[in-house]
Amino acid sequence: MSDAAVLAVTDLTVTIGTRRGPARAVAGVDWSVRAGETLALVGESGSGKSMSVLAATGLAPRAARVTGQVRLLGTDFTASSPDRRRRMRGRHVGFVFQDPMTSLNPVLTVGRQVAEAGEEHLGLTRRAARARAVELLDLVGIPSAAQRVDAYPHQFSGGMRQRVVIAMALACEPDLLIADEPTTALDVTTQAQIVELVADLQRRLGTAVVWITHDLGVVAGIADTVAVMYAGRILEQGPVDAVFGQPAHPYTTALLAARPDPAAGGGDLVTIAGAPPSPLALPAGCAFWPRCPVRGDARCEHELPPLRPVSTRHHVRTFYPQHADGRAGHE
Amino acid sequence: MSEQTVGRSEGSLRRALSALRHDPLALTGSAVLVLLVVVGVAGSWLAPYGVNDVDVDRMLQPPSGAHPFGTDELGRDVLSRVMVAARVSLQVGLVSVGIALVVGVTLGLFAGYYRGWLDNVLMRCMDVLFAFPVLLLAVAIVAVLGPGLLTAMIAIGVVYTPIFARVTRAGVLSVREQVFVRAAVSIGASDLRIMRRHVLPNIAAPLIVQTSLSLAFAILSEAALSFLGLGVQPPAPAWGRMLFDGRGFVTDAWWLGVFPGAAIFLTVLAFNLVGDALRDVLDPRQLTVNEARRSTG
Amino acid sequence: MSEHERPDRQPGDSPPAGEVVAELDELCVWFPTPAGVVRAVDGVSLRVRRGETLGLVGESGSGKSTTGLALLRLVDPTSGTVRVAGQEVTGWSRRRLRALRRRVAMVFQDPQASLDPRLTVGSSIAEPLIVHRLTGGTAARRRRVEELLDMVGLRRDLADRHPHELSGGQRQRVGIARALAGEPDLIVLDEPIASLDLSVQAQIMNLLRGLQRDLRLTYVFIAHDLAAVEHMSDRMAVMYLGRIVESGTPAQVWRQPAHPYTAALLSAIPVADPQVERQRRRIILSGDIPSPVDPPTGCRFRTRCPQARPECAATDPVLAEVAAGHRAACLFAGDAVRAMRAS
Repeated sequence: MSDAAVLAVTDLTVTIGTRRGPARAVAGVDWSVRAGETLALVGESGSGKSMSVLAATGLAPRAARVTGQVRLLGTDFTASSPDRRRRMRGRHVGFVFQDPMTSLNPVLTVGRQVAEAGEEHLGLTRRAARARAVELLDLVGIPSAAQRVDAYPHQFSGGMRQRVVIAMALACEPDLLIADEPTTALDVTTQAQIVELVADLQRRLGTAVVWITHDLGVVAGIADTVAVMYAGRILEQGPVDAVFGQPAHPYTTALLAARPDPAAGGGDLVTIAGAPPSPLALPAGCAFWPRCPVRGDARCEHELPPLRPVSTRHHVRTFYPQHADGRAGHE
Repeated sequence: MSEQTVGRSEGSLRRALSALRHDPLALTGSAVLVLLVVVGVAGSWLAPYGVNDVDVDRMLQPPSGAHPFGTDELGRDVLSRVMVAARVSLQVGLVSVGIALVVGVTLGLFAGYYRGWLDNVLMRCMDVLFAFPVLLLAVAIVAVLGPGLLTAMIAIGVVYTPIFARVTRAGVLSVREQVFVRAAVSIGASDLRIMRRHVLPNIAAPLIVQTSLSLAFAILSEAALSFLGLGVQPPAPAWGRMLFDGRGFVTDAWWLGVFPGAAIFLTVLAFNLVGDALRDVLDPRQLTVNEARRSTG
Repeated sequence: MSEHERPDRQPGDSPPAGEVVAELDELCVWFPTPAGVVRAVDGVSLRVRRGETLGLVGESGSGKSTTGLALLRLVDPTSGTVRVAGQEVTGWSRRRLRALRRRVAMVFQDPQASLDPRLTVGSSIAEPLIVHRLTGGTAARRRRVEELLDMVGLRRDLADRHPHELSGGQRQRVGIARALAGEPDLIVLDEPIASLDLSVQAQIMNLLRGLQRDLRLTYVFIAHDLAAVEHMSDRMAVMYLGRIVESGTPAQVWRQPAHPYTAALLSAIPVADPQVERQRRRIILSGDIPSPVDPPTGCRFRTRCPQARPECAATDPVLAEVAAGHRAACLFAGDAVRAMRAS
């Protein structure tokens, strides 16, 4: 596999027209993911993490205006025709969404649904596609796949359904797998199974993975690089060890401290006061400023901090990066 | 604690009304209805002639400056009779739909909320009523109670009760599964309170739509009953009756049938337009489609 | 019954500390379905004492939510008893149950869905006051609503807003204010943070703990999030397939899990530290939770237990003490976990 990015977005901006004016869901985001690598996009609801990926793959809602550059396998994806984009997406990108029930058609057997992508994009015959479906269901760990291939989605448990969705996503041997909160609807023991499965498949197939989640624990387990998003922008970005080990942005620090930690005893949790800003009225300066425990000064309020390196490959968007021991650095 | 609020207040009804203002068909329908109400309330004062002013010298005159809708076989002014008859139509519509609404909603509410045998008994009764052709059932009821305005209203009310019961029950079945209903149970609210305070307001939208559409059909049914001589008794004017009386003169005096017919047509059309527009803006799924259309377009 | 011994009761005050507020005894809640009888709760006994938080943790299908609903008698027990404040409420009529629901309140998972979209925030909070005729006139009610808004950290002017105008965290605060309105003896919190963002989850957990300190509230905290339950609870119980499989203090359950299921659950929780994540050995359970229509014979966990032995199919293990106040329903409690962790 080459070292080049499978998917790279540059200055991606998504503006959605609403009744109450334009909402900027994503505001100038850069990230890329290479073969065999996992990029985790982390953030709370409304941070723009899902929207940035949907826009990058041409799946943004019709009301959205997308600008910026997207390169998929070296091709300028944004400049391609809608039809070519659809074919490229079908052939090279696999999707796994949060709710496995709504991702599956209840009236078709799982085998049909897994086989469909192979027929459509790889030109397999019906018989070959079915054999491939059995192979894929087996690959994602569905027991006695040869029999289960003719079962319907409702005959599967939540975890098994998500395995079927992953099999569908892998049908065309995609170069890129987009996983949008794939384990959020699942139980924690099932989540562990799915995380393990995706990591194993990635090792074997060399797929690039973009994993969208709000769960920092999942990120720590699966990601190579992390981008922490807030109000449409990346606040901190870098290798997972750097971002978790030496979080430099007050938001990252606060998020890491907001989880109850049984080792730390039962005092009150560190909270971030308030709620994220409305995408209809983003502040001029740092969007996190009104809630920031560091609070900074007038500069934070009026001037957008640039995304600056704190070490190689570790970037942060703040005027006041936290120290290496950032976790304990504020009260 | 300074969490900021996510949206601005805009009641769904107000939103619905503002959406209606941008719909030309709904606006036209509303204008016709306003005109109808004005004529219905003040028809006898506004009418240029008395409804029963017989003038044999001026019988069967075509429309003219003095008689814009012409005169009938007894020389009565057709315009005046059409105007005064609006009151009857409106009255029959409102009273009969009122009956259907109150009875139907009550039955549907209890059937949907309690389910079980009560639901089975009530809804099977409604099914039986529903199975009859509307007019046949109305005629049968009038035949039992005797013709007249009051019995026409009762008959039409009975005929339209099942549709309200069904619409209500369907709404109740989905609302009662909502978590906020369970929350109301969890704080110890009584069943009646839950139905009145939580269930009914949340199914108001389909009921408003159904009321509007039913008014149209009730007025049509009244016209049909009067046409058959089972509704308003002569010499009181009613659109259906006037249509019936005019049928013998179709070739010689077209205006006897056309103007009452047009009044029925316009009224029914107006109620349907407003009802459809209300359905579009009050149905939440429709709402998102409309909003999406507006934001993309 | 030792809970009536405490002498520190003030005249006219609420019952003394440590008194049992609610108690379930061998509770079974079975639901008939076309596929067969679902044994949602199948023999659960527990006690909640005044001023404490009892945590119930489990995955979907464990019966933890149904157990919570049973405390308000929002579901009908198939067998067993429900006691609230010393009174057996198992067979109470609908009318008497309405009074029970002033003493036991509930906070739901989805704050958006649990508030009537057509009512203002103030009306939702005031509803228990009206239903149970707790305050006199409109003015007194309004004052009480404002007091409740203060308690949950919401601005008073939000009383006139509708739920869709609030953020998720604010809505959950409204749900909590409504639960507090009737000054209940017990509040059942059913996944109160599961649908909230991370930073808001911490706010709500702090709020709940603060209210408990100030008002001496009693909670049953139900969640699938083991770390949150550990953080919130004085005692906790782990549920699996309609049964309690382990109970004890959070420290006992977290540090020395005695049931293989608890150990697997603990090992499945991801930790926000990449170094820890890379080194840890996960106990990955195979398969899914079995159908509650036809639970396995003997130990219910044996079909997924890495340490299952032939005896497990024959004997249905009871909750037995493994240390003071720490119980587990496993024939090989402790040993099995040690073996799992070693392998």
